[in-house]
Amino acid sequence: MTKEKHFSRNFSLKLIAAIMVFVGMFVVAMVFGAANTTVKDVWLALTSHTTNEQITIIRELRFPREVGAIFVGAALAVSGAIMQGMTRNPLAEPGILGLSAGANAALAISIALIPSANYLTIMVACFMGAAVGAIIVFGIGSMKKGGFSPLRLVLAGTAVSTFLYAVSEGIGLYYKISKDVSMWTAGGLIGTTWSQLQIIVPFIIAGILFSLFLSRQLTILSLNEEVAVGLGQKTTQIKVILFIITIMLTGASVALVGNMAFIGLMVPHVVRAIVGTDYRYILPMSAIIGAVFMLLADTLGRTINIPYETPVAAIVAMMGLPFFLIIVHKGGKVLS
Amino acid sequence: MVRLFTDELNVGYSDRLIVKNLSVHIPDKKITAIIGSNGCGKSTLLKAITRIISHQTGSIILDGENITKENTKVLAKKMAILPQTPESASGLTVGELVSYGRFPYQSSFGRLTKKDYEVIDWALDVTRTKEFKFRPVDALSGGQRQRVWIAMALAQETDIIFLDEPTTYLDMAHQLEVLELLQKLNREQERTIVMVLHDLNQAARFADYIVALKDGQIVKAGNCEDVINHHVLRTVFQIDTEIGRDPRTNKPMCVTYNLLKGDS
Ligand SMILES: Nc1ncnc2c1ncn2[C@@H]1O[C@H](COP(=O)(O)OP(=O)(O)OP(=O)(O)O)[C@@H](O)[C@H]1O
Ligand SMILES: [Mg+2]
Repeated sequence: MTKEKHFSRNFSLKLIAAIMVFVGMFVVAMVFGAANTTVKDVWLALTSHTTNEQITIIRELRFPREVGAIFVGAALAVSGAIMQGMTRNPLAEPGILGLSAGANAALAISIALIPSANYLTIMVACFMGAAVGAIIVFGIGSMKKGGFSPLRLVLAGTAVSTFLYAVSEGIGLYYKISKDVSMWTAGGLIGTTWSQLQIIVPFIIAGILFSLFLSRQLTILSLNEEVAVGLGQKTTQIKVILFIITIMLTGASVALVGNMAFIGLMVPHVVRAIVGTDYRYILPMSAIIGAVFMLLADTLGRTINIPYETPVAAIVAMMGLPFFLIIVHKGGKVLS
Repeated sequence: MVRLFTDELNVGYSDRLIVKNLSVHIPDKKITAIIGSNGCGKSTLLKAITRIISHQTGSIILDGENITKENTKVLAKKMAILPQTPESASGLTVGELVSYGRFPYQSSFGRLTKKDYEVIDWALDVTRTKEFKFRPVDALSGGQRQRVWIAMALAQETDIIFLDEPTTYLDMAHQLEVLELLQKLNREQERTIVMVLHDLNQAARFADYIVALKDGQIVKAGNCEDVINHHVLRTVFQIDTEIGRDPRTNKPMCVTYNLLKGDS
């Protein structure tokens, strides 16, 4: 009888632990970097109006950048978790199902065609691109009768993504804007400003809150479609809403940092090992662990090769690839 | 007037019609068994009646309402379904899974109430799955898992319960246990049970009403005497049966059978 209570108390503990790790990681990310800064500088930067060189660096460069890392990490992880649950596919993530590539292509197109494009325009373009990418993938994946099988989805996603990346490259070359595009898509978190965050973060927060609201629905959907209908779920409606949420989260992330594969794949799997397979626990935990992970990757990127930056995407991929292989090796059993 | 019936129901997948012009009444507060050979459309019929798949033409009426017009969450409080093969790939613990049987009664953020916990506990109790409560469902044996899914359907607390082959995976003792549990629910709580069974003797022993299907149509529907006999079974399964009596229950019983050679 007290099972559920017992379990949620357990979860609360885990959640508190995760939040503590998160705060710790945030402090580390704020303190370490190319410029020599101390915990005291960070404290002053966050709590006072004092200024000196170190404090300005922290306040104007590092702080917005780490806030960006937090939200992008959380957005991609939650987006990946939703996709895995919705498609019952352990390999699903925004990068694999065409969302990232679509957003990327849209980004290239908008830079090419609207030279004066502001941040909001670009973000909206990214949303649309993510939607188009995903719709093509799901369209191809479900063309055959009997709905989309996990394998068909991944194959379609890979093919469509490759195509869309080629489109971005082609546009970049043709309009001689490759450098602008790649600065955007490979630049990661470098140069993240408060004004960019102001536009993007609200979408990410809204997306994550909505997903938490639907977490119970997602669990049921992840079990079995027939069971979900039998329990009174309006499955089509729920799927559409979840789909829109993943598009928002992915589009916002791409607008901010460009490509960032593997986080959406990896984090939910790590989280399942900690909290089990109920999405009521997976989603909030994914948000936190995704943020921690991204902070870690960014800090490493800034520090392992001072004074040069190692691209975050490369670091994430380096950490993600072995993980991907483990999942493939285990045949996706990690999902369950 | 019964609560649930179909009228000239046609169900199919894309172009292939599976259930054809089928009209059946589900007797209230009784146990109904659906029998028929593999692929004849038993699961398809069950899924259509429980609105899991849509039907082409005809109607399914529950409490005087066409179910396609009814709110799906309201339906989920009236009828529960245990599908034939619920994907077992669930790492949820048994307790978590069964608690999702309360889904139709909850709002998005609503916590489980005391009543919910009581029902969940009762469902775990009667299916004897309480001891697994904290174990992940996919770490159970096929039979244990089947009982857990039954527990989830019971936690839904519906008047009508559909079960598609609830006894698969179970050993003889556990088969009987599940059937006796359903019988008890039927007798003590007056729940209407509709299930697909492959074992004819079990159908004869436990069902008040048997529907024999062939190629998506009813060959015969009635009590065990009407359906479990040489003639009907010959048509439905192409088998030549020897029907006797169960010495304990006195119900008809298929003692032995042969396949019919050539045309029937
Ligand atoms: N999703 C589907 N798409 C297309 N055809 C299907 C689908 N599901 C079932 N069928 C076909 O419909 C027919 C009836 O299937 P159904 O599952 O209803 O049979 P059944 O009587 O339950 O058989 P069994 O005893 O093997 O469970 C079969 O020929 C099957 O191949
Ligand atoms: Mg069947």
